[in-house]
Amino acid sequence: MKDFLLVFRMDYDTMPKGSPEEMQARTKTWMDWIGGIAAQNKLTDRGNRLFPTGKVVKPGKVITDGPYTEIKESIAGYSIVKAGSIEEATELAEGCPVLKLGGNVEVREISVLVN
Amino acid sequence: MQQKELIPHLFRTEYRKIVSVLCKLFGIEHIEVAEDLVSDTFLLASELWGLKGLPENPPAWLYTVAKNKTRDYLKHNSLFAQKISKEITYHEAYSDELDIDLSVKNINDSQLAMIFVVCHPCNPPEVQIGLALNLVCGFGADEIASALLTNKEVIYKRLQRGRERLKREKIKIESPSLSEINERLPAVLTSLYLLFNEGYYSANKDIILRKDLCLEAMRLTCLLVENEQTSKPSANALLALMCFHSSRFDARLNPGGDVILYQDQDTALWDQDLIAKGEYFLNQASHGNELTKFHLEAGIAYWHTIKADSYEKWESILQLYNQLLLIEYSPVAALNRTYALAKVNGKMEAITEAEKINLSGNHLYHSLLGELYLGIDGPKAVAHLETAWKLAKSKADKTLISNKILACKS
Repeated sequence: MKDFLLVFRMDYDTMPKGSPEEMQARTKTWMDWIGGIAAQNKLTDRGNRLFPTGKVVKPGKVITDGPYTEIKESIAGYSIVKAGSIEEATELAEGCPVLKLGGNVEVREISVLVN
Repeated sequence: MQQKELIPHLFRTEYRKIVSVLCKLFGIEHIEVAEDLVSDTFLLASELWGLKGLPENPPAWLYTVAKNKTRDYLKHNSLFAQKISKEITYHEAYSDELDIDLSVKNINDSQLAMIFVVCHPCNPPEVQIGLALNLVCGFGADEIASALLTNKEVIYKRLQRGRERLKREKIKIESPSLSEINERLPAVLTSLYLLFNEGYYSANKDIILRKDLCLEAMRLTCLLVENEQTSKPSANALLALMCFHSSRFDARLNPGGDVILYQDQDTALWDQDLIAKGEYFLNQASHGNELTKFHLEAGIAYWHTIKADSYEKWESILQLYNQLLLIEYSPVAALNRTYALAKVNGKMEAITEAEKINLSGNHLYHSLLGELYLGIDGPKAVAHLETAWKLAKSKADKTLISNKILACKS
């Protein structure tokens, strides 16, 4: 089994600002999805969400509010899953609720540093 | 109580208390001396009480005699007295005045200290459970063997090995410091949790013995909860879990010791008093921001104290299982989560999820799929139940499954 990083990307602007009930429903779909991965014993790290705002540091002490100037989507969060292959990891990502919100999931195998 | 019943009763309740106090005084390496002194005390009690009748206050009598025997022992074994704690050697010349503190407070403190000793991670879990039953609960090797469904020799060896280990590692019997509590409480709670499960989920037909194990686990967890320093949210959560589970103790077994399934239980037999206690401890457990698996399991157990099905009940159980699995994977949690998923999101979704969890060597997995396919695909339901029957090991499980198959076919 190898570890894969799932990066959730979405456009914060198009994200519906729902009622508390809708927020709760969204939490439920999220928990049901990640719980399903955990129930297969394939969750390495549930990961975290990210706040929408941030800074980008560029050479020459250029710091911008970003990184949304060029692209609309930004990273909303990440999780780490265990899978035998990238195909299997991709399958796990297919149920991700972020897809229903117009977002996408990037699946990347983690290359473990060996000391 | 008649004398015949009184001595075994006192042996069960008082022996371990005096042993704990003396052990704490002597140190773990002299545990046998402590045990001998207390055994001698009980021997004298059974001789004298038979001849002269019961003393006015039997426990107080035992305490006084145990104190005297300890003082005599120390007086006649000055070498021993020098070896043990400084406090005693200091008092050696006045050993008549040596105060062996058998107050309720010191008894509780000593037992608490002993819990931390017997649940020390230098011993593997099964040894910890044995030592806890032996040294803190006062069970003999015979009783432990029947409780854990193994033979006396195995337990005897296990206890010896455990004791030797504690001596070799020079584990100190002392009230744990705050940092030790934070560091070691999780291991202690896990041992008590296993001890409880040993009674609750045992295949043993001896219901009284099983109940005893559960009660002992609860008594020890109570000691932790009653002490200000160890009364952490996690300890309260564990006690809540035990209360909720044991509220169904009488309802979930028939007189022959066979399991009665949750949905078939007579709720009138559920102990409302224990349920209320569980709720109290679960509230106590919610202070602070610590969320342990005991919290989540206690939450799940709480919802099971409400028999009626509702969306709220199963949705709460599903989310608690989701969270539990994020903390720690276990096949049982994965299966139970899928059952809750069926209750909330429907059987079709649950079947898809169940097929992913890949526990095909587990009879519970096929029982679950049998349950899920019921009303959707009869032949598939039966096929899974039949696989479950083949995989099940205990007779009780096989009976439960064949009853389900019969119900399916009819």
